[in-house]
Amino acid sequence: MSTAETGSNRVKRGLAEMLKGGVIMDVVTPEQARIAEDAGAVAVMALERVPADIRSQGGVARMSDPDLIDAIKAEVSIPVMAKARIGHFVEAQVLEALDVDYIDESEVLSPADYVNHIDKWKFTTPFVCGATNLGEALRRINEGAAMIRSKGEAGTGDVSEATKHIRKISSEINVLRSMTKDELYVAAKELQAPYELVAEIAETGKLPVVLFVAGGVATPADAAMMMQLGADGVFVGSGIFKSGNPADRAAAIVKATTFYDDAKIVADVSRGLGEAMVGINVADLAAPHRLAERGW
Amino acid sequence: MTSLHAGAPGQDAGDGPVVGILALQGDFREHARVLDGLGARVRLVRRPEDLDGIGGIVLPGGESSVMDKLARTFGLFEPLRERLRAGLPAYGTCAGLILLADEIEDGIAGQQTFGGLDVVVRRNAFGAQNQSFETDLDIPELGETPVHAVFIRGPVVESVGPDARVLAALDDGRVVAVEQGNLLGTAFHPEITGEHRFHEYFLDTVRAAA
Repeated sequence: MSTAETGSNRVKRGLAEMLKGGVIMDVVTPEQARIAEDAGAVAVMALERVPADIRSQGGVARMSDPDLIDAIKAEVSIPVMAKARIGHFVEAQVLEALDVDYIDESEVLSPADYVNHIDKWKFTTPFVCGATNLGEALRRINEGAAMIRSKGEAGTGDVSEATKHIRKISSEINVLRSMTKDELYVAAKELQAPYELVAEIAETGKLPVVLFVAGGVATPADAAMMMQLGADGVFVGSGIFKSGNPADRAAAIVKATTFYDDAKIVADVSRGLGEAMVGINVADLAAPHRLAERGW
Repeated sequence: MTSLHAGAPGQDAGDGPVVGILALQGDFREHARVLDGLGARVRLVRRPEDLDGIGGIVLPGGESSVMDKLARTFGLFEPLRERLRAGLPAYGTCAGLILLADEIEDGIAGQQTFGGLDVVVRRNAFGAQNQSFETDLDIPELGETPVHAVFIRGPVVESVGPDARVLAALDDGRVVAVEQGNLLGTAFHPEITGEHRFHEYFLDTVRAAA
């Protein structure tokens, strides 16, 4: 028997494969993490503030306190993810030392580097990164991301940007599939992505890593719509713990994600959930306040 | 509308054995692709009626606590448990092994299993994702070529009762593959490495039980 190899591409991408068809929930306390696990979350994202609060309180948003991450890890047995600022490779090193299961290099936090993202190949811990289009997704994969989430517009409860990003990625993949080899060289240039990755996607018709949707999902129907649009799973941030009845809403979103193509079940689980998060229309957000525009 | 989903095979086409795959959450499409390639007719199972007419079932990798919860909520748990007790062949990988174990350790509060394998399985036995790994395993039942095994926050079999048989263990002796009657379980994921021998082995069981 050969020796065991940790941190391989297959092992890193593999965890995301196991999360498919599931819901990853933002939590800011161990109590919320417990509610999320009990409701059927496949993983939790440990944060100090959910995006809606980052948005309303302003200021620089950074990696969470290690004590909070440890407390959430101690509370639940499902995977625990945590966010590092874009380009902040030392926050990522700290999260790796804390033994989190996935690192989210996230536009929801304030960027630490406006030029470079983290070189994610250097880490044993896998990374998930946001993308608004195929080129951005491929640049992150080229830097070592083992999972992609479309960005949407976090902390709004408005699903329209999430819809835009998953549709964009999907249609760009479809365009690649219909191209000849000589066209793919130009496509790679235009997508600002490596030719090898572009050619692979033209062949397989899908990203080489799992693709979740994030940013503005607030209801069971939102989650089911993202799944019907081709997502492998959903992140729900502010949508659960900024709503009137987090435990029931969380469980309902889990069920709607599994039975995304069964409108009767989506209808049933949508009953009596109380107030959804109030939300902000993305159209009312001035451009500098749009988080999806962070990262490049 | 599902163009991003990895090619789900045509269901119930051809004349191979009809094999269900529990499709509540996890990497069920990877299993579907392997089984489809081996000539099985694949049926994704989410509801009790999806169990009708299947000759075997695969319980995929994923989050065992979520699959357990959804199976109970949607009335799939008891009918599937009854069929397993009546001899329905099953193959569980990782979370699927947990679901087939008679007893588990480190489950979440109230977590249940279908059972059938006379073993105690410890969930997340290797620790966090940083301890996930891949390695080669010698499994004589599957031939001389070692099995390349990927463990992702995987479980281990802590103890094996008299009715279950060990198929594979790590160098340190920890048991990672077992079988008992028509049930087969591995702590690792052949479905994501291009390793088809476990699925072939399972399909032999399905054909023999038909």
